[in-house]
Amino acid sequence: MADLQIDFAGIKSKNPFWLASGPPTNTGYQVQRAFDAGWGGAVWKTLGDPVINVTSRFSGLNYGGQRVAGFNNIELITDRPLEVNLREIRETKRNYPDHAIIASLMVEPKQEKWHEIVRRVEDAGVDGLELNFGCPHGMAERGMGSASGQVPELVEKQTYWAKEAAETPVIVKLTPNITDITATAFAAAQGGADAISMINTINSLMGVDLDSWNTIPNVAGKGTHGGYCGPAVKPIALSMVAECARESDIPIPISGIGGIENWRDAAEFMLMGASTVQVCTAAMHHGFRIVEDMIDGLNNYVDDKGLASVMDLVGQSVPKYLKWGDLDLNHKVVAHINQDYCIHCNKCHIACEDAAHQCIEFFTDADGRRALSVREEDCVGCNLCSIVCPAEGAITMIDKPSEVSMTWNERQRMISMFGG
Amino acid sequence: MDSPDASVLWKIFDEVEPDLKPKEVMEEANRCLFCFDAPCTKACPTNIDVPLFIKKITTGNMKGSARVIMDANPMGATCARVCPTEELCEGACVLNDASLPIMIGDLQRHTTNWAMKNNPQLFEAGKPNGKKIAIIGGGPAGLSSARELARFGYQVTIYEKHEKAGGLNTYGIVPFRLPQRVALWEVEQIEQLGVSIRTNCEVGKDVSVQSIMNESDAVILAIGMANVPSLGIPGEDLDGVYDAIRLIEKVKDGKPTRQFIGKKAVVVGAGNTAIDAATCLKRLGAARVHIVYRRSEAEMTAYPFEFRFAKEDGIEFCWQTQPKRIVSDGDGHVAKLECVQMKLGDEDASGRHRPIKIENSDFIMDADVIVKAIGQNRYKSLIDAFGLVHSHGVVTVNPETFQTSNPKVFAAGDVIFGNGKGEAMVVAAAEQGKRTARAIHEQMFSKI
Repeated sequence: MADLQIDFAGIKSKNPFWLASGPPTNTGYQVQRAFDAGWGGAVWKTLGDPVINVTSRFSGLNYGGQRVAGFNNIELITDRPLEVNLREIRETKRNYPDHAIIASLMVEPKQEKWHEIVRRVEDAGVDGLELNFGCPHGMAERGMGSASGQVPELVEKQTYWAKEAAETPVIVKLTPNITDITATAFAAAQGGADAISMINTINSLMGVDLDSWNTIPNVAGKGTHGGYCGPAVKPIALSMVAECARESDIPIPISGIGGIENWRDAAEFMLMGASTVQVCTAAMHHGFRIVEDMIDGLNNYVDDKGLASVMDLVGQSVPKYLKWGDLDLNHKVVAHINQDYCIHCNKCHIACEDAAHQCIEFFTDADGRRALSVREEDCVGCNLCSIVCPAEGAITMIDKPSEVSMTWNERQRMISMFGG
Repeated sequence: MDSPDASVLWKIFDEVEPDLKPKEVMEEANRCLFCFDAPCTKACPTNIDVPLFIKKITTGNMKGSARVIMDANPMGATCARVCPTEELCEGACVLNDASLPIMIGDLQRHTTNWAMKNNPQLFEAGKPNGKKIAIIGGGPAGLSSARELARFGYQVTIYEKHEKAGGLNTYGIVPFRLPQRVALWEVEQIEQLGVSIRTNCEVGKDVSVQSIMNESDAVILAIGMANVPSLGIPGEDLDGVYDAIRLIEKVKDGKPTRQFIGKKAVVVGAGNTAIDAATCLKRLGAARVHIVYRRSEAEMTAYPFEFRFAKEDGIEFCWQTQPKRIVSDGDGHVAKLECVQMKLGDEDASGRHRPIKIENSDFIMDADVIVKAIGQNRYKSLIDAFGLVHSHGVVTVNPETFQTSNPKVFAAGDVIFGNGKGEAMVVAAAEQGKRTARAIHEQMFSKI
């Protein structure tokens, strides 16, 4: 059994799986159910001056008959009184002392507001604080959430104010609705943040109802942009985590958030530099019990890799994530069709013909059957055929390593040295 | 099925195969890979663009889906029910080896059911071109050619001797596999294009061959096949001997009879019509139904799914058994069937093993009802009346153009279906009708 315990900026947790701040962490009842199910920690639904929420609030993106490939919401922070939340936090911490409870906070960008709320939630016994500079909807119109999170100076200043009062670790949760997330990540680090978490949700309009022409979701026929999350955002979140992880001037731990649904996603985020992961949509889709396979699967994976601790995964792939200019221009990959596995759907052919490099051709095999093969000399190794292929093992991408590696950056240096 | 009253009887003739549920439809449609140059489409005699109609189901474009199906196959709703899909589209599905083939027939039924319920106008008649076409026979081949010709702008008249058009779809395929309303909906689609269907009108009797020939620019002979031939054994005239086609016709027309309740029935033959007759008899209350066939299971022409269906219905099969004599009860009724056991000899012209009698292997089966289902006769006299070259009632045509020995007369469907070529398919008749229409159109307008 691998050791799944983590230490995240001083916050201990028996496994890296935390519930992200959101509907599943709205009440003590829910968080305690989650801890019973096995979650290592929970970030409480964002506290602040209570708001009034609208109905309806959520919508799902279905794809190819699968539900919730993506998810969006226009729900704001907690709509319950602060005292009630603090009482339930206290009770939950008393009942589950070994689980991490993080308070997510969002207040106006004023020093005294941050001091006040930090003191009150720490008094309730939380293990850490997460500053919500991320929600793109609703609260942003009041100068909070992503409205703060998009301005590096505001991120730095508010982090600093929170740190002035905080005794527990401060995590700054970043918005992806910004051109370069490392700018705000750097600002958080400058403000004294103990850690960062990302990503919050992405600006989105889920859809338009083709019968009523209403937005999806809608409130009495009117809609507003919401925050997008779920499996579809995972690649965006993963790249943002990786970009921050490889910056040496953002030397603080990262909590990965965005489309994490199972242990495989979690392991990828950890390899790309996250030392804890947060989950929300998957729990909303399937309930808290999904954590069982997350823990079990990650455990088996870490064991299979011969590692003692899950922390040994953290950041292993970061050095492999570079700028384009550092990739080897001489390296070749070509597609190969394995006739034993091909089911003859011809999808690779039409994809290559219409959208790539016209190098997958029909031929007649020895048994007189029509089959497909790759004209290697014209294959650019784009992967498209293997992506569209529905038959496992039918198309393999074969490496043709170059003898001499040459990146774009190296090439440009050579040219400037000898060419010009 | 001891004493079915009228309502129960009707219930048991309801379509057996349930519709897919909405979620099943979406799951199955989304499973389709949308193959390029798809083998299912190539395996369909009418070349329905299967991936395209399925893709349209997934996007909720049901009208478009129905149009793809019905454009390629004017009998698309019928074929969704009666096609041997495991030998055609589904048999060709690339997922056969990888997982399970897409349920193409069921998805086609879903789309055509939608079309029958919502009845959108899928096609329009072409601008009138002034040419007149007469079609003899309102079955799948005749209707299919009529539909295409109407879209090209021809003035089309179908002559149909029955009360309703649709041919074997309307009268010859058991209702629990193909409800009559499905066939009649397809007829309606064709009438909506301005095709005139003269029912209860037998050519050669109610209207002369000569007048049709004189009044038309071209004639399509799509008369199908006739009654079941005689067995050629003693006792065939006894009360209790039936023609399978007539038996099914009655049931199909909503006239179930009580006369078979508790009876012991023997169906002679093992094609799809034999199976239809046998399963009909079972539903009509027959106590036991045997099928006797002179060859073995391997030579049977019924589709595998028909055979499975019959076995599920409790039909008992006597292979390599040939009727020799129908024995009377002394009062003019069938009482027994004397049979002889057969063995299989060398292959005959149809490629099947020739059955040979085994000496001294005679035996007697109890039987109150004998149903003949050993193929169908040909309308030779009508073919002769048109003066067409034919071989034992199978009209000779140019396989490309469906033109007969008379350049003005074309033929399609069962009337050109050769003996010993397995089972004639609705889908093949529909395709021939389509191609005949195109050949006529090409010929008429290449001259201008």
